[in-house]
Amino acid sequence: MDLRFTDDELAFRAEVREFIRTRLPEAIHRKVAEGRALRKDEIVQWQRTLNEKGWATPSWPREHGGPGWSVVQRWIFLDELHQAPAPEPLSFNVNMIGPVLFTFGTEAQKQRFLPRIANLDDWWCQGFSEPGAGSDLAALKAAARRDGDHYIVNGQKAWQGMGHCADWMFTLVRTDASVKPQAGITMLLIDMRSPGVTVRPIHTIDGRHEVNEVFLDGVRVPLDCRVGDENKGWDITKFLLGNERTGIARIGMSKELVRRAKAVAAQNDADDGRFRERAAAIEIGLKALEITQMRVLDGMREHADKPDPRSSILKVQGTELRQAASELLLRAAGPAAAQCADEFDDASSWATTVASNYFTLRAASVYGGSNEVQKNILAKAVLGL
Amino acid sequence: MNFALDDDQRMLKDSVERLVARDGGFEQRRLHMADGWSRTLWARYAEIGLLALPYPSTHGGLNGTAVDTLLVFETLARALPLEPLLPTMVIGAAALREASEEQLARWVPPIAAGELTLAWAHGEAGSRYRLHDVSCRARREGAGWVLDGDKPLVVHGDSADRLLVSARVSGERCDRDGIALFMLDANALGVARRGVRLHDGRRAADIVLEGVYVPASDVIGEPGKALPLIERIAQHAIAALAAEAVGLMQALLDTTVDYLKTRQQFGGPIGRFQALQHRAAEMLIALEQARSMALYAALMLDEPDDAERAKALSAVKVQIGQSARFIGQQAIQLHGGIGVTDEYVVGHWFKRLTVMESEFGDTDHHLAEFSR
Amino acid sequence: MHLERDPADAAFREEVRAFLRDALPPDMAQRNLRGFHPTKADMQAWTRILHARGWSAPHWPVEHGGTGWSPLRRHLFEEECFAAGAPPTCTAAFSLVAPVLQRFGTPEQQQRHLPAILRGDTFWGQGFSEPNAGSDLASLRTRALRDGEHYVVDGQKTWTTEGHYADWLFCLVRTDTTVAPQRGISFLLIDARSPGITIRPIISIDGAHSLNEVFFDGVRVPVENRVGDEGQGWTCAKFLLENERAFSAEVPRNKRMLARLKALAAAQGLAADPVFATRIAEIEVELAALEWLTLRALSEHGSDAAGAWPAGSLLHVLGSELQQKTGALLVEALGERGVIHYDASDADHAAGITADFLYRRAVTIYGGSNEIQRNLIARHLLGP
Repeated sequence: MDLRFTDDELAFRAEVREFIRTRLPEAIHRKVAEGRALRKDEIVQWQRTLNEKGWATPSWPREHGGPGWSVVQRWIFLDELHQAPAPEPLSFNVNMIGPVLFTFGTEAQKQRFLPRIANLDDWWCQGFSEPGAGSDLAALKAAARRDGDHYIVNGQKAWQGMGHCADWMFTLVRTDASVKPQAGITMLLIDMRSPGVTVRPIHTIDGRHEVNEVFLDGVRVPLDCRVGDENKGWDITKFLLGNERTGIARIGMSKELVRRAKAVAAQNDADDGRFRERAAAIEIGLKALEITQMRVLDGMREHADKPDPRSSILKVQGTELRQAASELLLRAAGPAAAQCADEFDDASSWATTVASNYFTLRAASVYGGSNEVQKNILAKAVLGL
Repeated sequence: MNFALDDDQRMLKDSVERLVARDGGFEQRRLHMADGWSRTLWARYAEIGLLALPYPSTHGGLNGTAVDTLLVFETLARALPLEPLLPTMVIGAAALREASEEQLARWVPPIAAGELTLAWAHGEAGSRYRLHDVSCRARREGAGWVLDGDKPLVVHGDSADRLLVSARVSGERCDRDGIALFMLDANALGVARRGVRLHDGRRAADIVLEGVYVPASDVIGEPGKALPLIERIAQHAIAALAAEAVGLMQALLDTTVDYLKTRQQFGGPIGRFQALQHRAAEMLIALEQARSMALYAALMLDEPDDAERAKALSAVKVQIGQSARFIGQQAIQLHGGIGVTDEYVVGHWFKRLTVMESEFGDTDHHLAEFSR
Repeated sequence: MHLERDPADAAFREEVRAFLRDALPPDMAQRNLRGFHPTKADMQAWTRILHARGWSAPHWPVEHGGTGWSPLRRHLFEEECFAAGAPPTCTAAFSLVAPVLQRFGTPEQQQRHLPAILRGDTFWGQGFSEPNAGSDLASLRTRALRDGEHYVVDGQKTWTTEGHYADWLFCLVRTDTTVAPQRGISFLLIDARSPGITIRPIISIDGAHSLNEVFFDGVRVPVENRVGDEGQGWTCAKFLLENERAFSAEVPRNKRMLARLKALAAAQGLAADPVFATRIAEIEVELAALEWLTLRALSEHGSDAAGAWPAGSLLHVLGSELQQKTGALLVEALGERGVIHYDASDADHAAGITADFLYRRAVTIYGGSNEIQRNLIARHLLGP
């Protein structure tokens, strides 16, 4: 066992860093560094820059257009993005629907969608949760009935992140209400421009518009937009959620937050012993988590298609540390952080985003499978309770 | 010592509860935010005697005690009032303890009637909760003073009629001597106010004073010796905030418990899961600790030993800060997604508590003060 | 609500202090301030001194020898005794079985036992928990079979604190196996010298002997030693457990620990370290809040307001966790020397700190574990 990076890996890190330094537009870099909301076109622009280099889909195998990186390289790449800081490739596209399609999709679906996913020609969102199906996702009720060579979908989805920007939604629907809940679920790909699709914003306490409700009213979905077999959607879901979990620790983002907090504290004459102790505690936690992440990813090398339940550790610890880091920055900013501004007011003081981001991150322990559910998974799947 | 409310206290609490029930709705508040705050509500506060409460009865006040203030702030808290109650009622009354007869006669009646609102303009850029860190200057001119300096983020400063401004008449930036307190006319020549919105829905202003003339009759207490008064004012503010925090935390806990009992997942209410029960229990523990300290604050405001009193109020702010952070965060967590929506009140209570943490010194500042 | 302090209470505190100065032997105080378990000799001697002053059972009803003090004064008295290093009186006797006898006992039982307890003549031990009945106490199995004018008791109790000092034991036994568990339990007073009783020490993590197992092998107990009716034992037990929580001396004990922590920090040069100082400050702030919580609970005890919040459980959770936090910081303050195992007779100023810290791991387990306490609090909030 050797925890040090090889020379090749170090060279790779340098290469990534240089690429970001030279190709990330300064305006986008500044916005991410100041915690400001990015516009759709800014996110698309950056992903296309990465895609040109072949780097928009770090975890995809070569045969589907991925760079064929090792687990360590993938991790280094994301870490560099987080610490630059630069935007990640769009997670819904690259971590969720992309791997689902190349694992469970038909050839036609792969050819039709995968390149557009990588290049962010199509922006995808996740149609899973419903008002009555959050942690208990299997209780979902949006229904699809067969009508010739289409499904007709009726129902309501909630919490669609960036749904208002989306072109397509990968959606879970109920196709059989007579069996056990998990056994009657199907995954459909829905074109957001279809008649009957209505998107309504949900305003969140961070003052930003990120999530939405999506109403589906007699929406016609062609059969060839079904992923996998009818009523076999739950297995695909478990696969997808497992992937979502692994990527969610975002350790580099937490490190960047701590760095920012320390800088702000120094500026504000607030970096006394107590502050430094708090910062140290978070940094140490992040260091430990980095290694845990490497171990989990390493263990998954052999079985890339079977997510390791220990990735729940990454989710719980990762989100708690990120929340702690945002809190540290809030403390450092002091009274100035009470100010707020509009979401896209790029001229507003840096201080206005500090509390917004702290508020946004309160949801991190809720989404992606709440931390309580993650602990249930650990207790059951790892400890056998 | 006893903790049961007497008849007068009960009546006060009831009248505030009625006001909250009738006019303190969450949707109504949203409408009021467009104008900053509601003048109608302010008139109601005046009507039921809240504004007059802590002021001396010799000038139209009601000689209210610290417990009375505590009851008002705790009861109003969940309605998330946007109005300038803290500076007008609590800070004003604390400051005017050192006012002259003439000043009391001039200011208390209009305050009590709801015709004069105040804002507290003391903190400066870089002062970071240190009460003696004042750079804003005041020089003598004739019988009055001329003020120059910046007072950023003055809560309610955008709409206040008068500003309680601290400025240095002598000495260097962090000297304990040399500070004076002025009751400035906010519309005086030379006062520039730039509105700022806060995350908890209230408004503030960045204020710039340029050659602002203040007559001698608007100086409170002895110029150059205002720091002890400023420290007392901060202590009164902390006590009121502690009561407000307890009211918010109680609301958060009540709402969370209701949610745990009614939200159905996995075939039953989620409150049946032991992990969530324990979390709710921990929230209750944190709440009761905070409540105890809010009561302690009310008692210690009258402590004659300055060092003891300061220490006690620092302890209060620490406990409140720790409990509030825990309860607020857990309330959102236990509500799942809806906890972070703008539509639902829980997030707004949480944001108010978050902003409150940085008012009058945060937890770390007071821990350091306490352990000096 | 009136929060001002009564000057008469301050005068009372002075009176107690003066008494302690005169009556508490300095060597006894020294021994008890160190953090080891109190000896029977010390506990008994001190009880007799208190009794001579009429102060051995302040919380008892006046008709049984209590002082009639307000809850606040009882609290102040306890605080001063703790601070001075007075040993405790026998908790099982004064605070556990005595209130049960006062509430559920016959006049004969009260006459027989209460004066002897009050004088410090008899020590008692609690026979509740069993190897298979801890948090789930109602599942206890020690049997008591009726045989004429006696019960014959067979079974085993565990975790009996100071059982080896005890003259008498009060035990929960099963008298009926045909009904629901709680309804088949009875409360028996058992002479510890009865034939068939064997008491075996349990050495705890601090290396000391405080706890015991008690074995009952055909022990004959006169029926008149049953408290309350047959099947009423669970009611007596619930009453006892609630009292145990309400009278737990969390604040005085925590104050004494904090005082020791500050003294040690000063001696080690740690008080000047701003980070260590803020850690002490955090404890002090929590303790202030705990004290005020206690005062609120005391002022409401016995009144209508008392049921509105689960005070006993809250105090137990907070007080126990604070003790552990303070104990851990005490050990930390010792630095390298924290690992030394001292004897109870060792006069070193550090003696007893680590032992106390280790034993105090139990403080969140006994008297109803903190998990159980949280269940009770949650049930209060969420309903059954």
